[in-house]
Amino acid sequence: MSPHLDLTARTVVQETAPQTGTLWTRFVHSVSARKKILINLSSILLFVLVWEYVGTSGLINPLFVSSPSAIAQSAVEWVKDGSLWNDLYVSGTEFVIGFVLAIAIGIPFGILLGWYRTFNYIFEPFVFALNATPRVALVPLLIIWFGIGIWSKVAIIFLGAFFPLVLNAYSGVRTMDDQLLRAARSFGANDWQVFRTITLPSSVPFVLAGLRVGLGHALVGIVIGELVAATAGIGYEMAIAGATFQTARLFVGILMITSAGVLLTWAIGYIEHRFDAWRPQRT
Amino acid sequence: MNGKLQASNVCVDYLIARTGERFRALDDVCLQVYEGEFVSLLGPSGCGKTTFLHAIDGLVPITRGEICIDDRKITKPGRDRAMIFQSAALLPWRTVMGNVTYGMELQGIKNGTGQKRAADLIKLVGLEGFEHRFPNELSGGMQQRVNIARALATNPEILLLDEPFASLDAQTREFMQAELLRIWATTHKTAIFVTHNITEAIYLSDRVVVFSARPGRVKSIVAIDLPRPRPLKLKRQVEFLKYEEDIWNILEDEVAKTGMRTRDESSG
Repeated sequence: MSPHLDLTARTVVQETAPQTGTLWTRFVHSVSARKKILINLSSILLFVLVWEYVGTSGLINPLFVSSPSAIAQSAVEWVKDGSLWNDLYVSGTEFVIGFVLAIAIGIPFGILLGWYRTFNYIFEPFVFALNATPRVALVPLLIIWFGIGIWSKVAIIFLGAFFPLVLNAYSGVRTMDDQLLRAARSFGANDWQVFRTITLPSSVPFVLAGLRVGLGHALVGIVIGELVAATAGIGYEMAIAGATFQTARLFVGILMITSAGVLLTWAIGYIEHRFDAWRPQRT
Repeated sequence: MNGKLQASNVCVDYLIARTGERFRALDDVCLQVYEGEFVSLLGPSGCGKTTFLHAIDGLVPITRGEICIDDRKITKPGRDRAMIFQSAALLPWRTVMGNVTYGMELQGIKNGTGQKRAADLIKLVGLEGFEHRFPNELSGGMQQRVNIARALATNPEILLLDEPFASLDAQTREFMQAELLRIWATTHKTAIFVTHNITEAIYLSDRVVVFSARPGRVKSIVAIDLPRPRPLKLKRQVEFLKYEEDIWNILEDEVAKTGMRTRDESSG
C-alpha cells in the first residue's frame, strides 16, 4: 500500500488515456479512477457479506447486529404498511423548512455580523452564548413553545443549522485578503464595491463549508427532535423500533438518514465544484 | 517649472499600537517628478520608499507636508494614478480578462469600452490567448503582466510601481524590465518605480532617487544619462557599470547603518 501523496496540482495527460470523449468516459478510462471504483465497491460488498454471515450464523446475537437481508425485509414491510411515505413526508418537511430558514436567515446574518461593527457588538454575545449551548438542552423548551407537531422539530433543525452557517459566513467576511483590499482601494473602490467584488466572493468557500456542517446538525436535529416528542417521522419510528427491540427496522431508519446525508453532501460538493473553477484542480 | 508631481516636506509617522511609540517612516521628503519621466526610488529595505509610494497613491495618510499632482493636493486614491503592486493582488476567482477590467469596472467604465480596451492591453503586455485563464493557471511573470495591464486599463497619468518584479526569478525579472520599458515607451506615462535593486533602477530610469535608511530621507538624486531605447546588454557596458558603482557608494553607508542597527539590537 503506497501512501496517498500527490504533489501535482495539475493532472498530467497520460498518452494511454483517451484524450477526447465525455468527462465520464475519460473518468472510467483513467487507471486511478477505475482502481478507486473497484476497491470502493469491493470493500462495500465484503462488508455486507461479512455482516450477513455474522448476523445469520448466530455468531453474534441478531438482536444486536441484525443482518442485511433482515433489514431489506423490514424495509419492504415498512413500505407495505403504508406508514413510510407519511414518515418520510413529515421528516422531509421538517428538514426542508428548518434548513431553508436557517440558510435564508443564517448566511445574511453572519455576513452582517462580519461587515458591520455595531451590528457585531450588539449580537455577538447572544450568538456566542447560544452557540455554546448544547442544542439538545433547548429541546424541552422548544416542545413547550411549539408543541409536538412539526414546528418544534423545525425549530430544532433550524437552531442546529443556523449557528454553523452564521459563524462560517462571519469568518468568511472577516478573512479578507489585505492585498486585494488595498488593490481595490487603490482603484478608488467604495465600501459597497469592496463588499461585492472581494468580500462576497472570498467568503463563498466558508459559506459552503458552513452548509456542510449545518447539514449534519440539521440531520441530527430531525432524529433528536423526533426521538423526544413526535407523532410521526423517521426518528419517531426509530424511537418506537428501538423501544420494541426491532433492530432491523431501526437500521432501516439509520440507513435512510445516512442516505439523505450522503446525497445532500454530494449536492453541496457539486455546488462547491461549480464555484471552484478558479482553484487548482486536484484529483 | 513645476513638475507633474510635487512632494514637499512629506513626513509619515506610524503609531506602534502595542507600545504606543511613534515611529517616523518618512522624514521631510521633497521630490519633483516631471511629465513622462521614469523615476526610481531606491534604498535599503525598510527605508520608507514603499510608504512614500503608497502616500502618493493616497493609501497612506501624510502626517505633515503635502503631495500635489498638477498643483492639486492629493488626499485619497484617484483616477490620475494607478498602482502596480509587488504581489500581483489579482482576484483569484476572475479570469485574466475579468482582472484587467476590474479597475475600470470600479471606476464605472462601461463594459463594452472596458472589454475593448482590456483586449488591447492584454495584447500589449503579451498575454493574447490567455484571456480566459485564472491567475493560478499563470506563472508569476504572467501574473505581473496582468497586474500591469489592469493598472494601465484605467488610463492613469502616473503609474506607481511597488517592487513589481521582486518576487520573480532573475531571468524573468530581466525580461520583464525590458518589457516594462517597451510598454512604458508606447504609453508615455509618468512612472514612479520602487526597488532595492540598483541595476534595475539604473536600467529603467531617467533619474534614481536614493533614500537614506530609517527614517527615509532623499539622500541623493542621480540622473541617468543613457540613450533609449535601452537593450538589456546595456547593463554590461562601462557607462552603466560606472552608474552602478556611484550609486552603490552612496548607498553603502545606508545599508551599513541598517546592518549596524540590527547588530546593536541583537547584542543589547
